[in-house]
Amino acid sequence: MARVDLKDVRKTYPNGAEAIRGVDMSIEDGEMIVFVGPSGCGKSTLLRMVAGLESVTGGDVEIDGRRINDVSPSERDVAMVFQNYALYPHMTVRGNMSYGLKNKGLPKSQIEAKVVEAAKMLRIDDYLDRQPQQLSGGQRQRVAMGRAIVREPKVFLFDEPLSNLDAKLRVQMRIEIKRLQRRMNVTSIYVTHDQTEAMTLADRLAVINEGRVEQMGAPMELYSNPATLFVASFIGAPAINLIPARFDGALQAGSMSLQGFSDLPTGVDLMLGIRPDVLTIREDGQFKMNVDLVEQHGGENLIYGSLDGVVDHEICLKSGQSVLPAIDDELTLGFDPATSFVFRTDTGERLK
Amino acid sequence: MKRVQFEHSAIPYMFIAPQIIIIAVFFLWPAAQAVYQSFLLEDAFGLSSQFVWFKNYFDTIGSTSWLQAAGFTIVFSTLVTILSLAIALLLAVKANEVIRGARTYKTLLMWAYAIAPPVAGLMGNLMFHPLIGDLYKFMNTIGFDFDHKLDPYDAGFVVVLISVWKQVSVNFIFFLSGLQGIPKSVNEAALMDEKSSFRRFWTITFPLLAPTTFFLMVINITYAFFETFGIIDTTTRGAPGGATTTLVFKVFQDGFRGADIGGSSAQSVVLMLMVLGLTVIQFRFIERKVHY
Repeated sequence: MARVDLKDVRKTYPNGAEAIRGVDMSIEDGEMIVFVGPSGCGKSTLLRMVAGLESVTGGDVEIDGRRINDVSPSERDVAMVFQNYALYPHMTVRGNMSYGLKNKGLPKSQIEAKVVEAAKMLRIDDYLDRQPQQLSGGQRQRVAMGRAIVREPKVFLFDEPLSNLDAKLRVQMRIEIKRLQRRMNVTSIYVTHDQTEAMTLADRLAVINEGRVEQMGAPMELYSNPATLFVASFIGAPAINLIPARFDGALQAGSMSLQGFSDLPTGVDLMLGIRPDVLTIREDGQFKMNVDLVEQHGGENLIYGSLDGVVDHEICLKSGQSVLPAIDDELTLGFDPATSFVFRTDTGERLK
Repeated sequence: MKRVQFEHSAIPYMFIAPQIIIIAVFFLWPAAQAVYQSFLLEDAFGLSSQFVWFKNYFDTIGSTSWLQAAGFTIVFSTLVTILSLAIALLLAVKANEVIRGARTYKTLLMWAYAIAPPVAGLMGNLMFHPLIGDLYKFMNTIGFDFDHKLDPYDAGFVVVLISVWKQVSVNFIFFLSGLQGIPKSVNEAALMDEKSSFRRFWTITFPLLAPTTFFLMVINITYAFFETFGIIDTTTRGAPGGATTTLVFKVFQDGFRGADIGGSSAQSVVLMLMVLGLTVIQFRFIERKVHY
């Protein structure tokens, strides 16, 4: 039960490399925030700075208004779930879960009660006396979460906790984490590079790129209203279609001329962004596509192909399962300009 | 019931032959010889010998000089093992935390590994030389009436010091690689669970190093028992008055200097049984507490 404030937080390594370049963020009580971004963007570093595993070289990290920059990790009242679980291999599940509490000097009976309660909640109460190496990946992940839960921290920190699990288990654990977080209502920060995880788990999403927060907001807001080219291209699966273009009264993309755009700068490189799900196949469409691959996902089909008139540019279209064009078919595609985005290529700034 | 019989081929035996031959020639045959010799009493010129059953055993083991050597060996081995393990562990933990110049630092700590025990002994001799030895002078200037040629405790101090110094580097290498084998995230998880680095060490790091420690303990006891021979032979030679004579050194002294082949063989058989017993104890009682 806490709010977390990051005030112009910076991380500069001794060799001058800037990992975090000024992050301002307020995380409300009970909120689940997901840091998402490509690898090397600084999202894990930022999380580890909140945890106390990396020093803060500029700005302030506050929990409930208390500055914790120089507080040791064990006294910050945060708990972390690591990517590779980081269980103590020489302790049983019970030992792993009670270690932090023992160190805090809690009485034995209380520790036992808490451990059993958390274990029941995570359905690992049958394994309490086993060693971590006797458990499966999913069970270990539960133990790692149990270790965090029993400490009843103010803030939960998750560092890509699901990336070591197989696809099916990942989905299952994702749902469980969300449920658990809702139930316990503890402020959480979750780091992932998987945008599906990010979209589904987050109350609010922070897209991080090169040590800065590109945009922060509710998942759907970021999806339907991205502030930058980077956010648009990072959020959404399949990825947004980006078509290089220029404006001279109409939007010129390759040999196509697209109407319905206005108030755009002329003489600069632009990027037209169209989500695969707003593209439709229709006779009076604006451009043509040559199909070269169809992926059938069950409920929907993803149709990939090259865009006629724009050299070597691949485009993706999401359609219902009944639409099943043959390879090399030519489709005429249309979209409503109001649902598309236009970005400046050089700055990534959104213009429309 | 039908038995399936595979045709035996000589090839597998040929594959293991080199190892078997080495063991037979350099271990089994000498060991058998030692056992055989230990029952014989040879005359002073080595011209004749007679079978005396266990007389050699009773003579040597009952003697005060053997008991003194056994006592010294136990104290010496315990000290060398514990000290070299403890110092190496401390150095490894500290070296593991060093970030700048870590490589140089580690290389310097490993250096002594390349030195053979007799050479270490010779270096110790120089350092403790009554006329030119800096450590000899140092010990006397800080107030000790230090003379390892006369005082049994001072002599013991010298051999323990040199033996420990020689062995620390080996232990250091193993402890360091053991420490580096502990996943970084486990240390970080511990960092979030426990503030005191001292308690973190004893509850997380040390238990995770247990396999390394156990292995090193076996190695170090063997080292203290046998390999320190070279150090003792080049420094004190068991003096003063047999105060720094280990069992192995006594085997050498009685057999090669004293020409008592039978007695010396009896001693080495006893030594062999002692080490055997020690190893069994180590594996049965201590290894159980080790989590791999």
